[in-house]
Amino acid sequence: MKAIACISQVPDTTTKVKVGSDGRTIDPSGVTYVINPFDEFAVEAAVQLKEKSAAETYVISVGKESAKEVIKKAYAMGIDKGILIKTEAELDSFAVAKNLADVLKEMNADIIFFGKQSIDYDDSQTGTLVAEFLGIPSISVVVDLKIEGNTVIAEREIEGGKEIVEAAMPVVICAQKGMNNPRYPNLKGIMAAKTRPIEEKQPTFTESKTKVVKMELPKIKGKGKIVGTDAAAAVELVKLLREEAKVI
Amino acid sequence: MAKILAFVESRDNKIKNAGFELASTAVKYAAELGAESEILLIGSDVSTVAGSLGAYGVKKVLVAEDARLDKYSTTAYAKIVAETAKQRGCDTVFISATQMGKDLAPRVSAKLDAGLAVDCIDLKVEGGELLATRPVYAGKALIQVKVESPVKLYSLRPNVFKILKAEATADVEKLQLNLTDADFAVKTKEVVVSNEKLDVSEATIIVSGGRGLKGPENYKLVEDLAAVLGAAVGASRAVVDAGWRPHGEQVGQTGKTVSPNLYIACGISGAIQHLAGMSSAKCIVAINKDKDAPIFQIADYGIVGDVFEILPALTEEFKKVLAN
Repeated sequence: MKAIACISQVPDTTTKVKVGSDGRTIDPSGVTYVINPFDEFAVEAAVQLKEKSAAETYVISVGKESAKEVIKKAYAMGIDKGILIKTEAELDSFAVAKNLADVLKEMNADIIFFGKQSIDYDDSQTGTLVAEFLGIPSISVVVDLKIEGNTVIAEREIEGGKEIVEAAMPVVICAQKGMNNPRYPNLKGIMAAKTRPIEEKQPTFTESKTKVVKMELPKIKGKGKIVGTDAAAAVELVKLLREEAKVI
Repeated sequence: MAKILAFVESRDNKIKNAGFELASTAVKYAAELGAESEILLIGSDVSTVAGSLGAYGVKKVLVAEDARLDKYSTTAYAKIVAETAKQRGCDTVFISATQMGKDLAPRVSAKLDAGLAVDCIDLKVEGGELLATRPVYAGKALIQVKVESPVKLYSLRPNVFKILKAEATADVEKLQLNLTDADFAVKTKEVVVSNEKLDVSEATIIVSGGRGLKGPENYKLVEDLAAVLGAAVGASRAVVDAGWRPHGEQVGQTGKTVSPNLYIACGISGAIQHLAGMSSAKCIVAINKDKDAPIFQIADYGIVGDVFEILPALTEEFKKVLAN
């Protein structure tokens, strides 16, 4: 079996976003970059298949030289081999997915994991796009996954419930929190990952279909009203919500 | 000339609010762009509800019906949406940014070689083209996006675009489908509905709890208030990671991004990743004993006090008022 996790590097969740000088992207100064939190579930899933079914495991990332850091993180978690499709270009999800699909089509993976979305652009597109480019099934927002022979049975989160979805491998699975518990790499793994080689590839597709024209910060509301400090404030709050805000 | 195709989602042959929002939006922008709009319904028996779209100004409804389409299949639905767009000569496709729509839209995008702006919260017509505004970083920032491919896709965030009533008579046309078993390579075997629980992503009111509740056993205070308001129960990442609450309730950058009419944050200090996920709520109430908690900076109304004292009082007061 061959299991591949596609991962990306993003600003961590504590990042306070500032608009960069180009007016279209974030100011990277002072930002800590990490593996996309949802991609940790993807990496963990692949590593578990290595442990259970002796799967050969890979991670692939599209990004700058610095994205090697997230590949090393995946190594430390137990992934065998990493590939970086190295580009400085600003690519949208369509272009990222095209590049991934071009590499993946030569690899004959049985199962390809993604995080359900990256926490920077929140696009929730790449995994499913890749599946369509490869002409294979996909299941997104997966909170539980079972593999029986050549078939995967996944629980997919929907509004107010879940769908039980079935497909045959090869398949793309986009992981939601809850699918597994990503392991913390140990120090030995982290040290060993530092010197492991990472294969570099050239991008094959650099033409985005969407263009970000402008980035801005959401308007800050005026300072709110402090209604009170004790249970008596409850009466006043209910009145305000009904008569002033008119939301009840 | 532009022509808009809007895929209006249905489950069990029923259209939810997000669908009516999408239909209204398609009609509205078609008028602004001087274009036509057509609505597409997919399901096993959706012609029964097709006519109801007339009340939103819809003049044309295309119906894709097949017993096998009773549940969502990413492969089959994507094929129908993409082929319909092609056959009807539509260059703009609207899809709701629901769990179904977010799964469907990328496949349609690949099939139509079309750029996709996801989760849009505003669309503006500029020079005869649509300019989309959408949140990124879970709402910490907004971007304006232009789709530059000949065919353009937009997914629209639910509970943001208005439902607009306008009398029209919807002409309903059944589509000829060519579906093979291969089109159902991905199959939904079962839909499990958690009846007792309203989902944060669909709720108009959310009551959320955080670490200030001190333990999972005290979450009952949040649930009681939510029950009185008919609200969904939400949670901060801290309490989900601590195992107090299921991950499906998590609001924030690594949970769900929500925009309800009313969000009541109880014992939540307001970590930046949490604020990102809920700051677009129309009205925010914060209850926290720390007056310097960041949540108060975005709250419309705050009570600086003890959640254990205030929540029961608030629940009682709502009970009293809503009973009248």
